[in-house]
Amino acid sequence: METKINKNNNFYIPQIEKRNKQAKRFRLYALSAVVLSLSFLAFFLFDIIKAGIPAFTQSVVKIEITIDEETANNPYGILERDMSRLVSRAWLRSFPKEIDAHPEWIGTTQTFWALLNAEADQYLKGAQNKLKENQKSKLDALLQEGLIERKFNATFFFTGDSKIPENAGFYAAIIGSVLTMLVTMALAVPIGVMTAIYLEEFAPDNRFTQFIEININNLAAIPSILFGLLGLAIFINFFGVPRSSPLAGGMTLALMSLPIIIVSSKAALKSVPASIRQAGYALGLTKWQVTKDHVLPLAFPGVLTGSIIALAQAMGETAPLIIVGMIAFVPDPVTSFTSAATVMPAQIFTWSGMPERAYIEKTAAGIMVLLTVLISLNTIAVILRKKFEVKW
Amino acid sequence: MDVKVKVDKLNLWYGANQALHDISIDLYNNKITALIGASGCGKSTFLRSLNRMNDLVESAKIEGNVIIDGKNIYDKDIDVVSVRKRIGMVFQQPNPFPKSIYENVAYAPLKHGIVKKGSECDELVESSLKSAGIWEEVKEKLQAPGTSLSGGQQQRLCIARTIAVKPDVILMDEPTSALDPISTEKIEALMLELKKSYTIVTVTHNMQQAARIADHTAFFHLGELIEYDETEKIFVNPKLKKTEDYITGRFG
Repeated sequence: METKINKNNNFYIPQIEKRNKQAKRFRLYALSAVVLSLSFLAFFLFDIIKAGIPAFTQSVVKIEITIDEETANNPYGILERDMSRLVSRAWLRSFPKEIDAHPEWIGTTQTFWALLNAEADQYLKGAQNKLKENQKSKLDALLQEGLIERKFNATFFFTGDSKIPENAGFYAAIIGSVLTMLVTMALAVPIGVMTAIYLEEFAPDNRFTQFIEININNLAAIPSILFGLLGLAIFINFFGVPRSSPLAGGMTLALMSLPIIIVSSKAALKSVPASIRQAGYALGLTKWQVTKDHVLPLAFPGVLTGSIIALAQAMGETAPLIIVGMIAFVPDPVTSFTSAATVMPAQIFTWSGMPERAYIEKTAAGIMVLLTVLISLNTIAVILRKKFEVKW
Repeated sequence: MDVKVKVDKLNLWYGANQALHDISIDLYNNKITALIGASGCGKSTFLRSLNRMNDLVESAKIEGNVIIDGKNIYDKDIDVVSVRKRIGMVFQQPNPFPKSIYENVAYAPLKHGIVKKGSECDELVESSLKSAGIWEEVKEKLQAPGTSLSGGQQQRLCIARTIAVKPDVILMDEPTSALDPISTEKIEALMLELKKSYTIVTVTHNMQQAARIADHTAFFHLGELIEYDETEKIFVNPKLKKTEDYITGRFG
């Protein structure tokens, strides 16, 4: 709704229309920048979700197998040739174990839902595949008969990586990320917060302190891969921390998170009004009492948010971990801080370079899991901030 | 009249800039001394050197003695924390801790070991709040945050907090300048009540306030103590022209 400006009154300024137009134009520029970035984000999310959703289901086929003593010894021979080319090798490989677990099956005919291999799965999902025409028509026929179903892909969430696409899972990477983050958190948060407290509350304001602060700010801007080299040189080569381990990765990421945690904690401490410190000192409290009981509680939401965001960033970091060997092929989830492990972004990176078509959906699904974790972490940061914020 | 605080040739520098020049002054026990003077004349700096708050300013350098009960508080064998426990301070802007009213008062005495947690502490909180004339207003809501009170109430809470550590001297840096007239009146009445038990030194820009409540008044100008006498003499019959000019509002 635009009302025409009346020029015949003594409130009228000659350039007013031009000025208003300018303001409007600027508003439009700003708005289009927002719209553009939002649409990029929307496109990215749409693309990833579209590619990743199929990975959460897998095709299985209903087969009947007559089990005898011989079956357990040669699982690859239990199916007819054309069928065994469609069923996953991983499923066949695990079949003897099933029989061992159920000795009463021997001599009977059992019905199984067998996992199809990735090529067949891709065909059924309508994606590119390398199946031959006769295999395709075989699958179509099975589908017609209702012998093929799509089931929730539990493998993805409960197994580690595999060279057999349909058997590859994200679980090892998730556990690896958790262990790595535990190490990073245990190192970076206390050291970072303590450093910030010292620099902000205790250190004298001299050249040396300023030198340290400038360097910490610079460290926050260093390319992360350099931290990987540093981690490799110090932790692995010098201290002999096992390569590819969550310990080595966590320590390297801690180096990377430290400057971010220090800078954000310092900012949080700085934002605590000086009057609070004065009130404490005037009551005869010691510096530590003032810091611990009056300054830190006020700075806590900021410190917490900064730490969580630094850890979230570390969680999504790939480059330094490649350098310390966390790109390793890890089929089994790690159980200790010193055994070889991989992390979520490294697993995504590995999958993205695999030649098999089926890894595309795995890559996208991995990104979805990682994004979900990161978004949850950031949401937690916001919630905690709100929760601990002291009302004035 | 007992001398409580004896300041002897106090000089203070902020970096190269000298803020206080050779201040010598005797402050009397159970009296209110008002420090007046234009902004930047050094009266707040002087006040803050009486409990060594200037130690927190890194560029500050101090020479001279501040003798309280026969002991120089700048002596090397004295810990600054114990000085500030004996000489409390109330600031211009009420600055309660962002904690409950109860914790505001109880925190420092508990840390100093004046009282133990429990009924002993409860009693101290009550008596301190009573002495600060705010008990009736807050006794129902001791767990409410100190910052939820009005400005005048917050300032009285700050006074209660100061009293709770049982100081000898209370320094007040323009305690009413952020408050409305009614709250100011309450604080002034409180100061008159408190001087029975404490020595009070206050900085004020309000001439009427100095005239109303102070027993002695010291006039500062450009870092020097120009004139110091009983308030009545300063206001009615100042010895120096500069003092008269300031009090009558001809400069400053």
